[in-house]
Amino acid sequence: MIEVLGYFLMGTGVVFDLFGCIGLVRFPDVYNRLQASTKCVTLGTFSIMLGIFLVSGFNATGVKALLCGAFILISSPVAAHALAKGAYKSGVKLWRGSVIDSYGEDTKHESQIDK
Amino acid sequence: MSVLAIPLLLAAFLCLYRIGKGPTAADRMVAIDILGLIVVAICALVALFLDESFFMDITITFALLSFVGSLALAKYLEGRSLDD
Repeated sequence: MIEVLGYFLMGTGVVFDLFGCIGLVRFPDVYNRLQASTKCVTLGTFSIMLGIFLVSGFNATGVKALLCGAFILISSPVAAHALAKGAYKSGVKLWRGSVIDSYGEDTKHESQIDK
Repeated sequence: MSVLAIPLLLAAFLCLYRIGKGPTAADRMVAIDILGLIVVAICALVALFLDESFFMDITITFALLSFVGSLALAKYLEGRSLDD
């Protein structure tokens, strides 16, 4: 029973990873691509790690998978935040269909939306 | 059950497409970050299906290196030096 749950979690994670990468290709902008792909792929990879832990149990592979999943869950949003800030500071324009640019209004008193 | 790795390979090729095509440098960095996570997932599945626990060591190391590399690239993109 618990193995079936583990394989179900792995399948869900694989589907999330695939959809995140489709979002990485399909969206129009750096920021849209970042928010589409980072959330999906982080949750998908964590779900795969949790499924591996449930299938293999308390041995070396399972405990290392749980450790790696927890590390990914902490570190991936930090990396995505740093990448978004770096992209904004380096002058990448927002997509022309964007409606609000709160970070630009707060820091530079001008918006960076590409008209 | 090793059919689970095939969509992950497809996802890795989609990331490679974005790395090759991406209009700005930031697109390529985002795609490299995501490709690191996909490689971690593939490596973990290989560790489960071959029943070899040392692949899990490679997984942890790759996750750490990908995180540090993404932070360094983001800081470089922002225009600051690495000891700032």
